[in-house]
Amino acid sequence: MSVAYLPHKTATQPPEQPHNAQQAELHPELNHAHVRFIGVTKTYQGQQGPVQALHGIDLAIQRGEVFGIIGRSGAGKSSLIRTINRLEQPSGGRVLIDQVDIGDFDEDRLVELRRRIGMIFQHFNLMSAKTVWQNVELPLKVAGVPKEQRERKVRELLELVGLKDKHKAYPAQLSGGQKQRVGIARALVHDPAILLCDEATSALDPETTQSILGLLKQINQRLGLTIILITHEMAVIRDICDRVVVLEHGHIVEQGPVWEVFGNPQHEVSKTLLAPLQHGLPEELQNRLQSQPKSSDAAVVLRVQFTGRTSDEPDLAALFSTLGGRVRLLHGGVERIQGHALGQLLLAVSGSSLGAEEQRLRAQHFLHKQWTQQVEVLGYVV
Amino acid sequence: MWFDRLLQGVIDTFLMVGVSSLIALLAGIPLAVILVTSGKGGIYEAPRLNSVLGAFVNLFRSIPFLILMVALIPFTRLIVGTTYGVWAAVVPLTIAATPFFARIAEVSLREVDHGLIEAAQAMGCRRWHIVWHVLLPEALPGIVGGFTITLVTMINSSAMAGAIGAGGLGDIAYRYGYQRFDSQIMLTVIVLLVILVAAIQLGGDRLARVLNKR
Repeated sequence: MSVAYLPHKTATQPPEQPHNAQQAELHPELNHAHVRFIGVTKTYQGQQGPVQALHGIDLAIQRGEVFGIIGRSGAGKSSLIRTINRLEQPSGGRVLIDQVDIGDFDEDRLVELRRRIGMIFQHFNLMSAKTVWQNVELPLKVAGVPKEQRERKVRELLELVGLKDKHKAYPAQLSGGQKQRVGIARALVHDPAILLCDEATSALDPETTQSILGLLKQINQRLGLTIILITHEMAVIRDICDRVVVLEHGHIVEQGPVWEVFGNPQHEVSKTLLAPLQHGLPEELQNRLQSQPKSSDAAVVLRVQFTGRTSDEPDLAALFSTLGGRVRLLHGGVERIQGHALGQLLLAVSGSSLGAEEQRLRAQHFLHKQWTQQVEVLGYVV
Repeated sequence: MWFDRLLQGVIDTFLMVGVSSLIALLAGIPLAVILVTSGKGGIYEAPRLNSVLGAFVNLFRSIPFLILMVALIPFTRLIVGTTYGVWAAVVPLTIAATPFFARIAEVSLREVDHGLIEAAQAMGCRRWHIVWHVLLPEALPGIVGGFTITLVTMINSSAMAGAIGAGGLGDIAYRYGYQRFDSQIMLTVIVLLVILVAAIQLGGDRLARVLNKR
């Protein structure tokens, strides 16, 4: 009996990618990631030749976390989130859900997969010809769920989203926030393990946004499902996400826990996106700001930022005394994200015997012990 | 005597328009669904089928009804065994009405927001689910409006068929009004046609409005 005649099986299979194997070894948590992207690329046929929307995205999303993907429009967020339920077919790379590659799923397996993944949309995408009840019932109906079971489930979900009394209304009769609640009920009707949110609050006013985000947070905690959301609003990320990636031109440019990315953004894009949340200089002061001191009594304007564990905020009196002179607070505040405090102070220091650079170093040195900090000299005012 | 003749004419017109429009409805909706779903980016994308079908529909749409009717005479004889009377008119009427209605229904189906199809896919709908639970219900008000237009157009065409011996109101108007200069009958036929068209239009509009929940 000769084995040599048997075809060499392994030769036809793609070689194991050493990079990924190594990564899995170094980061054991990757092996039980809920959703994992490995070198995912996406190319569209545009009018002026191919357009690459995603460049080799590597990412692992853990079970039960609220994961944010942020970027400017056209950054590839939409394409990325749609590869998870294969509304978008990646051009290259793999998407694993519970360690299973979904790339070669046929229609049957895809339908089964999509019933485990709910999705809500920016423009709600409710069927206009169906009532609220029928909209929420539709996913169950097409799955062939028996009537009594459907009724129980729809009632339960309308109750969860607080629309029990609206079940006979048509979407056109609802407000934006109510429509999104119907969307959420519809997305959850199959008890999915993952909820995808595609700019789910971008068409809503700030107050409604807060209530929808609150509902999502509640669902995440009560049902323990993984929420993956894309947005261009940093406030959404701040309010409910655990971790965030920043996407730009189809590349991941920054990622980490939200408090870290917020407290100390590294990339230019992250800083731009964060800008609306930061307190700038008052306009009147901005106009008077000079880059060089015109006279000896000009005050130094400092921006002091610090990030650290809460319940141990810095002693401001002590900080001010290290600067010497008279310290005025122009603007200041502390935000709390995930048990971390992110503080920002705008100070005007006058009559100090120390130079601006010396003041900056002293403030840094003072905060350095317990805080991640950043101190910069913005300029001088008379 | 002439009242009986008019009544028979109304019944014949109803028969011709009713039967041909009913067949057009049953054949036109599937045709429209195929035209929409097989198109570029459709859920059953099939470019070749789409262009062949599209060309076929355009062909029949571009032939004036009077010429189509005459050209189809051999085919009509094959199907109903005669080229004279109500049933002989139903054949060319159906063949004219089906592509006409299919094109109008196609426009309504195409106007269904792509986001709804995406949402249906995301919730685990199979493709035929999308046709049945999303495309058709969402396009229904538009399809009803389109069918109203088809009915009115078929009344128009059936009158033309009357001229080559199909019976109906058109036949009466042609024989008595045109060939015998009986303007009273001509006027009566016109009034009847106006009432008929107005009733259909009114009913169709009302139904479309009730169905439209947007």
